[in-house]
Amino acid sequence: MRYMLLIYTNENAEQTPEQRQQIIEGHGRAMEDATLRGFLRGAEPLFPTSSATTLRALNGKTILTDGPFAETKEQLAGYYLLECESLDDAIAIARQIPTACGGGDGCVEIRPIRPFSAPAGLTGVSRAGHA
Amino acid sequence: MPEPGPTIEQVFREESGKIMASLIRLSGSFDWAEEALQDAFISALSSWPERGMPANPTAWIMTAARNRLVDFARRDRTRANKESALTYDIELRSQGNNAPEDDAMHLPDDRLRLIFTCCHPALNQEAQVALTLRTLGGLTTPEIARAFLVPEPTMAQRLVRAKRKIEQARIPYETPPPEQLPERLASVMSVIYLIFNEGYSATTGSALIRRELCQEAIRLARMLSQLVPDEPEITGLLALMLLQDSRRDTRVDDGGNLVILEEQNRSRWDRAEIDEGTRLVEAALRRHRVGPNQLQAAIAAVHANAASSAQTDWKEIAALYAELAAISPSAVVALNHAVAYALAEGLDVGLARIDALGASDLANRGKLLDYHLYHAARADILRRLGRNIEAAAAYREALRLAANEVERAYLTRRLEEVSSALR
Repeated sequence: MRYMLLIYTNENAEQTPEQRQQIIEGHGRAMEDATLRGFLRGAEPLFPTSSATTLRALNGKTILTDGPFAETKEQLAGYYLLECESLDDAIAIARQIPTACGGGDGCVEIRPIRPFSAPAGLTGVSRAGHA
Repeated sequence: MPEPGPTIEQVFREESGKIMASLIRLSGSFDWAEEALQDAFISALSSWPERGMPANPTAWIMTAARNRLVDFARRDRTRANKESALTYDIELRSQGNNAPEDDAMHLPDDRLRLIFTCCHPALNQEAQVALTLRTLGGLTTPEIARAFLVPEPTMAQRLVRAKRKIEQARIPYETPPPEQLPERLASVMSVIYLIFNEGYSATTGSALIRRELCQEAIRLARMLSQLVPDEPEITGLLALMLLQDSRRDTRVDDGGNLVILEEQNRSRWDRAEIDEGTRLVEAALRRHRVGPNQLQAAIAAVHANAASSAQTDWKEIAALYAELAAISPSAVVALNHAVAYALAEGLDVGLARIDALGASDLANRGKLLDYHLYHAARADILRRLGRNIEAAAAYREALRLAANEVERAYLTRRLEEVSSALR
């Protein structure tokens, strides 16, 4: 079973260099544990929402907008991709993510990934390219 | 031939949780398990009156339901792997056992796993309660809807959503590892107590279904204490509910009015429940791992064993509340402690404590002053002190905040009492 751990934080919150260091170390430990348990399939941080570009269809045309799709208090800041037995395994890793245990704004949302059968001939990475 | 109706009903009530738990383990699906169990009971209804009651009704139901599961698996081609696993599992169980009815008696007890799944913190508490009653309690969806005063489609939707989440997010069907156990048990215990409280304190809805909820909560706690025998807080919870339940017939009079503890007819308290509850809480406390459930049960036991209200050992109760306040501090516990202190050490000193709680709540912007029982407790002490003007004001404040009709009727009666003393 695969799970996406979506990390939401307040990207405008002030951080001291020590806090930043603690967060980096916290992610280091979480990733190490996820690797040791054989769960980790990926984990990456994102640039802030000021770098986002949003596309949506309007009257049959694709409109590009500068910025995130919605102004929210907390923004998507990164993700972990895990493959494990059950929700409890995913929770065990999510608990270690600094956003979930280190105080401060934000949260970690765990979403099970829906199994997707690719059309014949499309597999793996190429599937995303054709989507 | 005797009517088999009530007996089938009994089997369903007592055993459906256990059978359901096994069926869920076998099939990995709440829906299949529910359907198979229902079908098995339907065939029992038609078969038992004709052929007579089987020697082991539970095993008969289990076997019939399991056969239904195999049918489902065969029909559902997309679950080919599940089918072979299921068939394999069932064949394995039947090996070296020519009497399939005996086999169900040796099933491992899956109810513990099931209750941890139903009370998983990834489900919201309303869903935990509904699912626990549906799967382990064998209550029907309409019954649960009636008990919680929600429309039936709402309850059905709640159950569907919970089952879908278990399946999609893959909430595991297993007992949690030791390091998670205390937290997860706390979640299970709070669901059981919520079920009890809904039955005990709700004043609307049918009395029958409320009674059922209390009995169901007690049954679940009994089951949990058998499955996890070395946890004194579970024993404490069972004791607490038995002791509270022992007073069920005396809490409300024939006119539907609330009767406070002091005025209840003690001869109508359920002696068997008091004795069992007292024995259980004493046994739990001897293990020297005290917790909030055990202390609350101990307090309830002191009340239950007092020959009359006047003979209540308030010093003991105050001491127990002090201990409770130390391990799980809350404004409500502090209030109860102050009331017990007033009755043990003197109304004046007790009132001073209650007022001090109110003042510190005001300073800390707490919620105690919005809580009707704070004003009701103050009013009762003022009334006992004969300070009727202040008592009336406090009863009025309590009335302003109380929502429950039965409690409002009690407060109104008291308000009239102190007001007429003024005339």
